[in-house]
Amino acid sequence: MTINKYLKEPVESLFAEHPYAKDWLEQISCVIDPGDTLFDVLYKQRESFYVSQNMTARMIARQFEDYLQVMRDMLEQPVRAVKTITLCPGHGKTKEPEQFAPLTFHPGDIIAVVGPTGSGKSRLLEDIECGASGNTPTGRRMLINNETLSKDRKTRTRQRIAAQLSQNMNFVIDLTVRDFLSMHARCWPTANTGGRIERILELANSLAGEKFDMESNVAQLSGGQSRALMIADCALLSHAPIVLIDEIENAGINRRKALELLTGEDKIVFLTTHDPLLALLAHTRLVIKNGAIDRVIQRTKREEETLRKLEAADNKMLELRTLMRGGELLEDL
Amino acid sequence: MKLITFSGPPSSGKTSVISKMIRAYLERGTKVGVVKFDCLQSNDDKIYARLQVPVLLGLSGQQCPDHYYISNIEDVFNWGAGIHLDILLSESAGLCNRCAPHIRGIPAVCVIDQMSGVHTPGKIGPVLRFADIVVITKSDIVSQAEREVFEMNVQYVNPRAEIFHINGLTGQGSAELIEALDGYTNDSVVTDNKLRYPMPMALCSYCLGETNIGARYQLGNLRKIKIPEENTGGSK
Repeated sequence: MTINKYLKEPVESLFAEHPYAKDWLEQISCVIDPGDTLFDVLYKQRESFYVSQNMTARMIARQFEDYLQVMRDMLEQPVRAVKTITLCPGHGKTKEPEQFAPLTFHPGDIIAVVGPTGSGKSRLLEDIECGASGNTPTGRRMLINNETLSKDRKTRTRQRIAAQLSQNMNFVIDLTVRDFLSMHARCWPTANTGGRIERILELANSLAGEKFDMESNVAQLSGGQSRALMIADCALLSHAPIVLIDEIENAGINRRKALELLTGEDKIVFLTTHDPLLALLAHTRLVIKNGAIDRVIQRTKREEETLRKLEAADNKMLELRTLMRGGELLEDL
Repeated sequence: MKLITFSGPPSSGKTSVISKMIRAYLERGTKVGVVKFDCLQSNDDKIYARLQVPVLLGLSGQQCPDHYYISNIEDVFNWGAGIHLDILLSESAGLCNRCAPHIRGIPAVCVIDQMSGVHTPGKIGPVLRFADIVVITKSDIVSQAEREVFEMNVQYVNPRAEIFHINGLTGQGSAELIEALDGYTNDSVVTDNKLRYPMPMALCSYCLGETNIGARYQLGNLRKIKIPEENTGGSK
C-alpha cells in the first residue's frame, strides 16, 4: 500500500513525491489544511463530504490507493517513441482486397487522403485511430514500430496514439483560454508545461486572423480561432504521436503553417481533404475508391511546381481577403 | 449465458451503443437478447425489436427503478437462459446517481456522454465508480483537449476502468468494446450473487407514497438541510 507510508506524514510530503495526488483529492473536494496528515485528509473530513461523495472514508482511501497505483504504473512505464507506423492492406466495400504493399510512415510525414465523398476517407482515419488489427469493417491492420498495438495503448488515456481534429469539433466548455489550457496541461503531470501555455496562444494567434487572448472564453472564439487553438494545443500538449485531420479547408486559418507546426513537433499527420493545395502539401497521397485504397501517389517534381503555383494563387487570395475584410476595393488583380 | 449490464445517465447513448453491438453480435451469429429497465415510458423496446432480437421491457412505475431492476434481474436472467441466449444485455438508466446495477463478476458497462461536460464524471457516483468498462459517447464533436480532460476525470473516479470511445451513430469503436467483453466469462451467475454497491433503502414517508408537505407528515429516517442561523431571515 502506497498510502500507509504517508498516513502519518504531512500531506505535503506525499504531494512532493506524487504531484498528481493533490489533483485527485482536490477533484473530490477534500478540504486540505497545511500541516494535515494524510490520515486527517482521508478520515477526518466533515460528514457532509462523505455524504456528497456517497462513500465511506475507507472506500475513499481504497480508491485513492488505486488511483496512485494506476498513475505510478503509467508514469513508470516508459513512453515508447513511435518510430514508424505501418498500414497493411484490407479490403474495399465489396470485399475486394486492396492491392498496395504495406506502407510505412515516420514522424514528420504528412499523408493526404483523397477521394469522392462517401468513398471511405473517414473510415481510413478511424482504422488508424483505433489501431486496427483486422477487426474493423475494412480488415486493415496497423503496426506501430512493426508491432500490433497493445491493449493498453487502446484503452488507457495517456497511451492513446491518435489525436483528432475535424470541422465538426467545438469547444463546449465555459472557460477562459488560460484556464482551459491549464486544465489540459494537468493531464500530463510529469510534462514540463512551463511557458507552454503562452506559446500555444502565440502559435494559435499566428494561425488565425483576428487575435484573441488568455482571458477570451473558448466557447466564444470564432470558427477560425477555435481551429487555430485546437491545432496549437494538439501540437504542444497532446502526447499522441499521430494527428488525424478531417477536412479543415474552410477553417479560415493558415493551413500550411498549421501543418508545419504539427510536423515540426514530430507528429505523423493524416489529413482527408478535397483541396488540391492541401493534398499537395503531403508527400504521400492515398486515393480512396469504393472503400479501398486504390492508388498510392508520391508527389512528383511536376506536382511540386503545381504546388508552387497554387500557393502563389492562394497567397493572392489571402491578400484580397485581407483587403476585403478591411473595407477596401478589390479592383487590382 | 453471459449477462452484461449497461447503465448511465438518461440520454447518454446507451440504446445507440447497444443497438450497434447487437448488429455486430448478429453478424457473427451470437444469439443475443435485451432487457430494458426504465421508469415511466420507453419506446426503446421497439428499437430493439426492429433488430429482431428477443426483448423485454420493464417499467418501474411508482417504484425506484434501481430497486425494481434488482428485484427482477433473476427472473429476467432465467428468461434469457430459457430461450437459449448466448448473451443478454441489460440496459437501465441511472436517475439519481445513488445506485448502480453492477453485479459482482458480471461485466458492467457505464455509458457517459462527452457533451455533458468535463465535470460530469465527478458527479455520477457508483454507476461510474464500480464499472469495469466506461464508454464515452459523442466525443467526435468536442475538441481533442476536452476529450483528454474528460478521460482524465473518468480516471479520477474509476482508475481501473477500461475506457472506450464509441460513436453511437456510426458504431465506430464498438468492435473494440465487443472484443473487451469477449474476455469475460460466458457463464454469468445471478442467483446468490451480490451487488457491488448497496442500494439505499426506503427511508421516509415519501417512499411509501406520502404526498402532503409539512413536518407532521414526515416519518422515518429523514435528512434535513442545514441552514446557517444568520441566514434564516426570520425573527428570533
